[in-house]
Amino acid sequence: MDRRIKPAARPYNCCMDGEHSARLPERDRPWMMRTYAGHSTAKASNELYRRNLEKGQTGLSVAFDLPTQTGYDPDDELARGEVGKVGVPVSHRGDMAALMDGIPLAEMNTSMTINATAAWLLALYIVVAEEHGVAPEQLQGTTQNDIIKEFLARGTYAFPPAPSMRLIADMIAYTVEHVPRWNPINICSYHLQEAGATPVQEIAYAMSNAIAVLDAARERVGAAGEGRMEEVFGRISFFVNAGVRFIEEHAKLRAMSILWEELGRERYGVQDDRHLRFRYGVQVNSLGLTEAQPENNVQRIVLEALAVTLGRDARARAIQLPAWNEALGLPRPWDQQWSLRIQQVLAYETDVLEYPDIFEGSRVMDALVAELLDGARAEMAVVAEHGGAVEAVPYMKAALVDSHRERLRRIEEGEQVVVGQNRFTETEPSPLTADAEGGILVVDPALEAQQVEALRRWRAERDESAVKEALVALASAAGGASSRDGDSADVNLMVPTIAAARAGATTGEWARTLREVFGSYRAPTGVGEAAAMLADGELSELRGEVSRLQEKLGRRPKILVGKPGLDGHSNGAEQIAVRARDSGMDVVYEGIRLTPAQIAASALQEGVHVIGLSILSGSHRELIPAVLDALRDAGVTAPVVVGGIIPEQDVAPLRQAGVAAVYTPKDFDITRIMRDIVALVDAGANGSPASTRSANGSPANVRA
Amino acid sequence: MSEPGDGAALGARLRDGELVAAPAALNLLESTTAADREQAAALLHEVSPAVLGREAPAHVIGVTGPPGAGKSTLLSALVHGWRAQQRTVAVLAVDPSSRRSGGSLLGDRARIDFDPSDRGVLIRSTAAGERLGGLARATRAAAAALAAAFDVVVIETVGVGQAETDVADVADTVAVVVQPGGGDVLQFLKAGIMEIPDVLVVTKADLGQIAMRARRDLSAALRSLGSPSTRVLAVCAVPPPTGIDELLAALEEHRAGLDLAVRRTAARRAAALTDFTVEHGEHGLRALGGRAGAQALLAGEDAGLDVPALVDALERGRA
Repeated sequence: MDRRIKPAARPYNCCMDGEHSARLPERDRPWMMRTYAGHSTAKASNELYRRNLEKGQTGLSVAFDLPTQTGYDPDDELARGEVGKVGVPVSHRGDMAALMDGIPLAEMNTSMTINATAAWLLALYIVVAEEHGVAPEQLQGTTQNDIIKEFLARGTYAFPPAPSMRLIADMIAYTVEHVPRWNPINICSYHLQEAGATPVQEIAYAMSNAIAVLDAARERVGAAGEGRMEEVFGRISFFVNAGVRFIEEHAKLRAMSILWEELGRERYGVQDDRHLRFRYGVQVNSLGLTEAQPENNVQRIVLEALAVTLGRDARARAIQLPAWNEALGLPRPWDQQWSLRIQQVLAYETDVLEYPDIFEGSRVMDALVAELLDGARAEMAVVAEHGGAVEAVPYMKAALVDSHRERLRRIEEGEQVVVGQNRFTETEPSPLTADAEGGILVVDPALEAQQVEALRRWRAERDESAVKEALVALASAAGGASSRDGDSADVNLMVPTIAAARAGATTGEWARTLREVFGSYRAPTGVGEAAAMLADGELSELRGEVSRLQEKLGRRPKILVGKPGLDGHSNGAEQIAVRARDSGMDVVYEGIRLTPAQIAASALQEGVHVIGLSILSGSHRELIPAVLDALRDAGVTAPVVVGGIIPEQDVAPLRQAGVAAVYTPKDFDITRIMRDIVALVDAGANGSPASTRSANGSPANVRA
Repeated sequence: MSEPGDGAALGARLRDGELVAAPAALNLLESTTAADREQAAALLHEVSPAVLGREAPAHVIGVTGPPGAGKSTLLSALVHGWRAQQRTVAVLAVDPSSRRSGGSLLGDRARIDFDPSDRGVLIRSTAAGERLGGLARATRAAAAALAAAFDVVVIETVGVGQAETDVADVADTVAVVVQPGGGDVLQFLKAGIMEIPDVLVVTKADLGQIAMRARRDLSAALRSLGSPSTRVLAVCAVPPPTGIDELLAALEEHRAGLDLAVRRTAARRAAALTDFTVEHGEHGLRALGGRAGAQALLAGEDAGLDVPALVDALERGRA
């Protein structure tokens, strides 16, 4: 057997040397249990955290709203409709203080899902801890802080790659010295799987990403002495995913722990076994959760939890489970409690924590691990050939779009069974979704205005000149690093960031200051490189229809696809764009983070026949009508279709507002959606409405 | 349904500098139905030099280069530069079509950063369709029409070696964009595969030494080909940008040195000949006394005629 399959450094030391007992002398301590939570306001989220802790949750996992994640204040045009939706808005240290009110920061282990603005949120946390009399050395927790996967899969980036990597390296260098119990970064493979990654891609891209981060950190801490790399390596943790193929998924985690140790020893010269341990937290798969028969998601979540708990050698350090209704909308506290209880039953009722590694010596498991290792090493070599993870973002992105498309094809064609969705679809009415709101959390839309008002008060009451001074210092520190010679003597950005947090600056001001220095950035979409799909019967039939329509219109049917708002989960929009192309349409893919004005300008300038919008953040009730208004103002009459996580009860109002069709996760057959869209354009070509009018309203070539 | 007169009215509005007429004009010019093509011809007539009384005022610039060379980022910076000079800009971005499905993914506009409320910028993405050479069927006509209304018209195409030849037939100035380290351009230049561009742009100048070396190599190659006048510039389009003002000036300088009427008249005549040949084949051409006969016929026509009018003239000559 390959010796490397059995890592020398085990996460836990088992039994007595060389001896194998069926049971552990003492039951293991459970992993840390968290719930990814936060919504509406800091105060409401604080109440939720306290209740969750009373229920036996052992750590916090903070969900921030999209404006906070992307560095905009609630009063920014781009924040419209997104404030308090998918998480809590935190604009300044006052919000952070309210969020952590009454929570013992010296003991708490707080995980923050925050990336582009991680340095800022950590600074706010440090400053609030100071106010509580808790020193930075005492703080424990994790900032997600993985920007490469934001470019690849999640979309909440704020700055271009190079300065983003500098921010990460600065945070690592800073925390190793001043906040030593903090995990400055969680390398995420989670979102790669959500974007369609195969297990091999998930391992390879996450490890390549880790290499990029460690290399950047090595440069940054180099001045402080080589010895620091041991500690840096030891502070890097992972955030992984686990799908329902839970045995292979477990093998994946074993493979990752082997690769990680190898990387530490060989590339970074790490010696200490403690530092070589592969430490990971997990949120299990959301991609596989269905809108159809959503109760089945409970079974899926339980099985996925087994993937990360069954084998002691690769068991998660921290777990948060999604809720059964995540494909329907935002989960309520009760839904999340159900998921916490799954963890507690697993940890406290079952015997899973009583044994040494139950897969040790399993030939099947070893072979699976070896297979994944081979694949991952080969794929890591490809990424390395591209010049490393940062340079390989376009390559990896395109590969993920391809994998995701392949996955969807298998489901559409029934090769991959999804119970309740493409098989066994007969169902009784579900009592779980019978209530007025359809079994989900609905955030009060009035909160956004209140948040904007509160922010104005904050700005009015703070010492404006101190804020200005702090931001000037931040800008000058940031400018130092973008000097062409890469001056290594420049300031660690955490220092002016903490000073700005203390002075009372806001999230939007911090990010804007850096955007002005670093410039803005748009990540590659991956759709342009996606290989064309082979036309089977259905798709080639559709191409025929598109050709006929082209004759009739005089132009090839042209569709605009984009995502309004701040939600960066572009996988759905990308798949629609690629399939529209494969159906024979001309596709203008606009990507993420669009304002209604941008969408309207594009639709008008491009002369599109139909517009497809995707929203998953729950902000459709505000954003879609705003887009429709902007289109009307621009004189565009092309029909609009909307896809995303749209609760059933919101469909009729959207239709009334003028949306031609609404698609939700239960509409998994994309070719069928394409057929609808082609029919919609065809109907428009028959009727009188112009697809595009000139801006002054005079009809111009209405069919074109 | 196109209403009679639409094309002429749109052309007249463009001639009057009404930028908001541009999207509808482009819809019409791209259409292949017989009725729309007639209207398109009427539109082009309205913006022809014969009607304008001079060549359309815009500077038509071709920007071409391999994928990943940084064309979109560069265009973002150039658009900002032109807007800062109060000049209006139209970008015609041409992407290849999928051979398999006929469809296309036009992703470029997402990468060009501009204020959507700014009426002085228009970006239109088109697919090349079955055409070789990097241009879409309607690109030439679109450029001609927009040149009457905008101050700058950019035609952006993908590729090196072939694409810039077609662009050169349409644009007043052709800029080829390359990134340092990619040796393709050097190879193409040396092998004579590539038309010599008017301006060569090396992007990603923040790569320092590598960018400087690329620039030096290209200058040397051009000198050895006897084209020392071709400008080679190194630019960095990401903050802090460098070389953008110099590039704007170099493009301007090239245009100032042109005899615009001669260049554009020749381009229109060549285009008419191509369109005629696509429509009527070699057989049709023989009826005109071959290529030389057709060229002689075109040379006798008014220099200010638009392409459809010249095609008409050829068709009349055949009859």
